Amino acid sequence: MSIIQNANPGALPNFRNLGILLRIVVIVAGMCLAAALLNAAEPRGWMEELIALSALVQPILLASLLVLAAADPWLHRLRYPYAIASLIAIELAVTGVVYWFGLGAFRGPEALVRYWLFTLLATGVLIGYFDLRGRALSPALSEARLQALQARIRPHFLFNSINAVLSLMRQDPRRAEQVLEDLSDLFRVLMADNRQLGPMGVEIALAKQYLSIEQLRLGDRLKVEWDIADAPADALIPPLVLQPLLENAVYHGIEPRSDPGVISIRIHRDRDQVHILLCNPYRQEDERHGGNRMALANIRERLALHFDAEASIRTTEAEDSYRVHIVIPYLKAGAA
Amino acid sequence: MTANQPLRVLIVDDEAPARNRLRDLLADCALKMPLEIAGEAENGQRALAMLPECDADVVLLDIRMPAMDGLEVAQHLQKLDEPPAVIFTTAYDAYALKAFEVHAVDYLLKPIRLGRLFAALAHVRTITPLRLDVLRELKHEARTYLSVNERGRIHLIPVTDIAFLKAELKYVTVRTAEREYLIEESLAKLEQEFLGRFVRVHRNCLVAKGVIEGFERVTADDGEGNWMVVVKGVAEKLPVSRRQQHIVREFGKIL
Repeated sequence: MSIIQNANPGALPNFRNLGILLRIVVIVAGMCLAAALLNAAEPRGWMEELIALSALVQPILLASLLVLAAADPWLHRLRYPYAIASLIAIELAVTGVVYWFGLGAFRGPEALVRYWLFTLLATGVLIGYFDLRGRALSPALSEARLQALQARIRPHFLFNSINAVLSLMRQDPRRAEQVLEDLSDLFRVLMADNRQLGPMGVEIALAKQYLSIEQLRLGDRLKVEWDIADAPADALIPPLVLQPLLENAVYHGIEPRSDPGVISIRIHRDRDQVHILLCNPYRQEDERHGGNRMALANIRERLALHFDAEASIRTTEAEDSYRVHIVIPYLKAGAA
Repeated sequence: MTANQPLRVLIVDDEAPARNRLRDLLADCALKMPLEIAGEAENGQRALAMLPECDADVVLLDIRMPAMDGLEVAQHLQKLDEPPAVIFTTAYDAYALKAFEVHAVDYLLKPIRLGRLFAALAHVRTITPLRLDVLRELKHEARTYLSVNERGRIHLIPVTDIAFLKAELKYVTVRTAEREYLIEESLAKLEQEFLGRFVRVHRNCLVAKGVIEGFERVTADDGEGNWMVVVKGVAEKLPVSRRQQHIVREFGKIL
């Protein structure tokens, strides 16, 4: 299953994403304004010019957005060059139909060519814009992989985990086997290509494996409360969102304390949104220098890349706790 | 400690698996050299409390531990009459390792190898004692405790309990709400280490900001007025020197 959002260059944007739709509307409006300013015969005439232009461009734009939202899954199954050709064909057809039923009756067919030119120009500008945006943001994806790998090879975690496995070898070889299996699963995901969205169920399983390794080291000091009875296992999420956040929670919230601390994770669906709430104990004076900002910034970038304005990540620092709240749109695995 | 007596080893690590692993390896070492496990502690405070009784020759000391890290534990245990040798253990600590090399401090990297542990223990009788100034240099965060030797035991004074520090000749008096202690440290260094916690009211005196109740004007027999700090929970009032008068204004709590 592969879902391509607007994430990668060489792919069309997701026409069902509000953020993407907003960008399209703003850019087209900007082009209309520019055309009106250039076209105005007198300095004050641009307003009428804009209204006249919008009277046709806006219906074409709205019709286009509807058609594209409907055709989105189909467009994304095509290879990029074919997808672009289809997109242009759709746009020209929509312009033609709207023009014919809207203005054609009293403006005649010759003006249609000018509108087609405008449509072509607008479509070209938008395709170029989304391609560039994808290119600008996509380093975040490969960076995430690199960073997650470095964070896992955060020597502290790797060596302490190996040390913990070694300690089990003699007394509890079976448990040692299981920990090594968990460790290798974790590394497999870290080294995989993580640019595609994956199901929440897999992300949760990975987080649990990670925490069980930490549990071995920290024993009773680490308490984990999962509240995932209503978590949609089929929701799509960028890989390695949960695990780095949990690692921060352990590093900043549990390790500096000698008394036990609780990390709580709540994942639930609220209509067409998925909420992830993470909470860990935190004391200002325990704070070790830096580190967690990088993981957070990277997750924020990747959420923006995949979901644009429909996703958000918020952190709140209370007196004795630290919370992360992530909202992503509910996309079902296998739906698109 | 003579060459024939078994070497007594104290294990200090906050992670149970790490302690288990050391116990296994020490059992292996014991096959080849006289050796005994003197005890295990899961944090620094516990280790310091155990030390006089368990009579350890060597402490295997984890660096990263909550509440009090290994570098601080090593500083406090120097207060013992016969401090044990210290071998640090750590998974990774780029900064400390570099410094250890420079000052020839003994350390073992986790996962610990039997051969390395054995070699370190075999040389322990010839180990150069840790130098306090080196340890202070290694630990760049402030300590959480000050310590004194009281009849052979290490007494820890939480820094948060300290009301004021007063320099007298070559000692510094540490005053808490309950009692006072004498330590052999310099007031200037203490001021630097705990920057922000204490305020200097006099050339020879640092007062914890949190315990300042207010200031009182006292007139001496010769008619000269002088400000005194009133400290919460302590009867003794501390004079504010002329040069430090500005703190009276800054705190603004005139009684």
